[in-house]
Amino acid sequence: MSVERALESTGNWLDDRLHGARGVRVLLRKIFPDHWSFLLGEIILYSFIILLLTGTFLTFWFQPSMTDVIYHGSYVPLRGVRMSEAYASTLKISFDVRGGLLMRQIHHWAADLFMAGIFIHMIRIFFTGAYRKPREINWLIGIVLLTLGLVEGLFGYSLPDDLLSGAGLRITEGVLQSVPLVGSYLAFFLFGGPFPGNQIIGRMYIIHVLLIPGLLLALITAHLFLMFHQKHTQMPGKGRTNENVVGAPMYPYFMAKTGAFFFFVFAAVTIASTFVQINPIWLYGPYNPVAMSAGSQPDFYMGALEGSLRIMPAWQWVVFGHTFAFNVFVPALLPLGLVFGGAAVWPFLEQWITGDRREHHINDRPRNAPTRTAIGIAVITFYGVLWAEGANDLIADHLDIPLYWITWAARVGIFVAPAIAYILTKRICIGLQRKDNHLIEHGVETGVIRQLPGGEFIEETRPVDEERLAVLISRVAHPALPAGGTAEAEVPAPGMRGGLGRMRERMYRVITESAPMPSAHGNGHGDGHGDGQLAETNGHEGHGREPTSASATAPPAESRPGEGEH
Amino acid sequence: MSDSNSPGLTGAGEPGEPTWPEYLAAGGSASGAAASASADHGGGHAAPHRIIGTPPPAATRTMLAQPGEGGGQVKRPELPPDSDDPVRAKKAELIVAACFVLATLAGLGFMVAYALVGVGSVTGALHSNLWLGGTTSLVFLLLGVGAVIWVRHLMPSVELTEQRHPLRSTEAERAAFKETFEEGAAASQFVKRPLIRRTLIAASVPLVVAPLFLLRDMGPLPGDSLGTTVWRKGLRLLAYGTGRPITVAEFNSPGSLLSVGPEGYLNDDDAMAKAAVIIIKFRPGQLQPPTKLNWTVNDIVAYSKICTHVGCPAALYEQTTHHILCPCHQSTFDAAHGAKVLFGPATRPLPQLPIGVDSQGFLIATGGFDEPVGPSYWERS
Repeated sequence: MSVERALESTGNWLDDRLHGARGVRVLLRKIFPDHWSFLLGEIILYSFIILLLTGTFLTFWFQPSMTDVIYHGSYVPLRGVRMSEAYASTLKISFDVRGGLLMRQIHHWAADLFMAGIFIHMIRIFFTGAYRKPREINWLIGIVLLTLGLVEGLFGYSLPDDLLSGAGLRITEGVLQSVPLVGSYLAFFLFGGPFPGNQIIGRMYIIHVLLIPGLLLALITAHLFLMFHQKHTQMPGKGRTNENVVGAPMYPYFMAKTGAFFFFVFAAVTIASTFVQINPIWLYGPYNPVAMSAGSQPDFYMGALEGSLRIMPAWQWVVFGHTFAFNVFVPALLPLGLVFGGAAVWPFLEQWITGDRREHHINDRPRNAPTRTAIGIAVITFYGVLWAEGANDLIADHLDIPLYWITWAARVGIFVAPAIAYILTKRICIGLQRKDNHLIEHGVETGVIRQLPGGEFIEETRPVDEERLAVLISRVAHPALPAGGTAEAEVPAPGMRGGLGRMRERMYRVITESAPMPSAHGNGHGDGHGDGQLAETNGHEGHGREPTSASATAPPAESRPGEGEH
Repeated sequence: MSDSNSPGLTGAGEPGEPTWPEYLAAGGSASGAAASASADHGGGHAAPHRIIGTPPPAATRTMLAQPGEGGGQVKRPELPPDSDDPVRAKKAELIVAACFVLATLAGLGFMVAYALVGVGSVTGALHSNLWLGGTTSLVFLLLGVGAVIWVRHLMPSVELTEQRHPLRSTEAERAAFKETFEEGAAASQFVKRPLIRRTLIAASVPLVVAPLFLLRDMGPLPGDSLGTTVWRKGLRLLAYGTGRPITVAEFNSPGSLLSVGPEGYLNDDDAMAKAAVIIIKFRPGQLQPPTKLNWTVNDIVAYSKICTHVGCPAALYEQTTHHILCPCHQSTFDAAHGAKVLFGPATRPLPQLPIGVDSQGFLIATGGFDEPVGPSYWERS
């Protein structure tokens, strides 16, 4: 058998040198839980690989130079036009290198997919509470990755030095200039003098192809290592507890699935690049600081920043001969600073308010954390208003709405819409919890009406099936505040004293607002999850999520030697 | 089934025959697939992994197996060896193979398209993109579809459970770590000798700050360059694009707008980034204060084209309302009233450039801007 021969030759050769048989075997049998939303992170990883490969290809021809040249290449409409070498070499890649246009478009589509993947992955992590202990570090790494990705994308699409991206650089310069005290120095140091100068493309180039990709690679490696080491979270279900991982082993199942998924990601990006034109820089023309086309839009991930600049009223102070350009630096820094900074602080804030120091390996259903879900939807709404405002001119044009109305609507909506979203989401979540409680306590309504001997009519119910019940009862109660941790208590517990303690108590009431926990139900499925879930105040073990019965496929624990302890 | 320790194997330098217990511990007794899986239990401690020589018959060894030795038992395989549904699997196998064959053909098609479809023109590049992209898409799509059918219909379905352990180390492990760390700290003398500790910290401060000095030459200091442009008295206004000077007579249609730059600087992007100007022709009487009417000539007014918000070219003009609109963030300026701000995030009007006519009838600047153009910055007063 060829497998055996390969193991005997190559396998033994490697093992003689690396002592890998034990460790790699554990690796091969590592269990990966399955859920469609767990693929979102893989989209990002594979987009990144595509970006590295296609980006390397592009560097073979791209000239990161702002030296003026007169174009004589294949694109007839621009012949004889003065342009930078960067722009001319991008035209060359597009029209004179076979596969060059394809690689450029794949690179751009993959970058958009990379950023979209990060946003959606982050949203998934937030709503399922997968950032909770012990995964806070990975959450923070993720936020750094997102921020780096934004800069990497901005610098990347600015490299061709075309009219559209040049406008983006001009805006970058204006934003830098607005920073109090050091703004004009920042702008001059980045651009190597007055805008546009002849430095910026070369500087962005090396940051784009070396510095940030290096950081991304290191952080992605750390992100994956931590995910591997801490083991993936799993969705609630039958046989799944906070102390196990249920799924298919890495070899061959996860490897084959993820390989297929890599092919699909690559296929999706290639199909988009084949049929949907992206960033046709030859239509925009080379950059010059005098021209600008209407309807200019950045890539989607910069849209919120753009909208934030558009929404801001014209506020500015001139004090003691110095200008505070609130109209620029406030929208440039504040909204996204709040969103990203808030996201970074949130896991720790939530832990402090609830006092929940347990490990969480089973994902929350979003409805079971109404306040968190409501905050998440409110933030997405906030971001969405900015994003839509970033395209206000296109919306005005396509929907025939006066432009200023949209901006005024956004100025009001940026405060009102998140508040409405918060309230609505919370009510919906609590309503869904009540529905779940009803199912747990009374079972599924069958529609069969029966008359009792006494004349009373009742509707028959049947118990919820085990799979579904396991999901329904996955809700975990919040730990109670420390004893005496209320304002009424005569002697408040440590940590609950003073103004900070009272604030924590108030926030605790908000964050734990939920439908009541379901009472033990009487439909015959009461084994193992009756009282466990109601007594949740101690230790990391207390999840009240005993498996209803041992899964038939679950092997005994001792048959899994050495797992997880690498 | 051949055995895992066949004569073909070279040992890791074992000179003699192993003893029986060693042989058994090495997993020699387990049969088939379990052999490789259990071999790790012999691992670092008990026995050599591989044995040279002819092994005794398998049955004998199985009977001699000792429980608790790790690899000594026959293990039920965790993964079933066969597909759930052999009939469907057979069909799936053919589909998967067909996918892979087609993927191969698409891959070959890519190479053919690369050789045959030339680039060097817009149509050529677009055709090449279509062919190369189409074949590449097919390769990946077919590989993906094939792999998915393979996983779903050929591999037996399986669900395994692995135990988690609290990530927190045991108290003993933590105590041992603490001890080791403290021993090291003591041996390093770092804690005991504050003199070297503090001087080391002092020495590292410049090490952190000095690299910031290296960034100083990233650019010149701005000085007052943000406040000035190249415009000065006597420079002609040249049409951007054609580079021709403009006479009052030819720029006479009310409502028209032209982007202009200073004579001699049209191809200097650094200069034009601040000096770009628009001139607009009005009907008599339309221009009102705060427009500086003595800075206009023949109802032609000149404003900086650089938006006072973040510096985009304020390029859109609406004739009927005299609104200048910046396409970046929609700051709107009233061209008839000194380009004052009507809407949007810009705080200041577009600066006005004083213009006149020279002896030959061409438009010229009669001075520079009297305030900085473009976006606000800290030093601007």
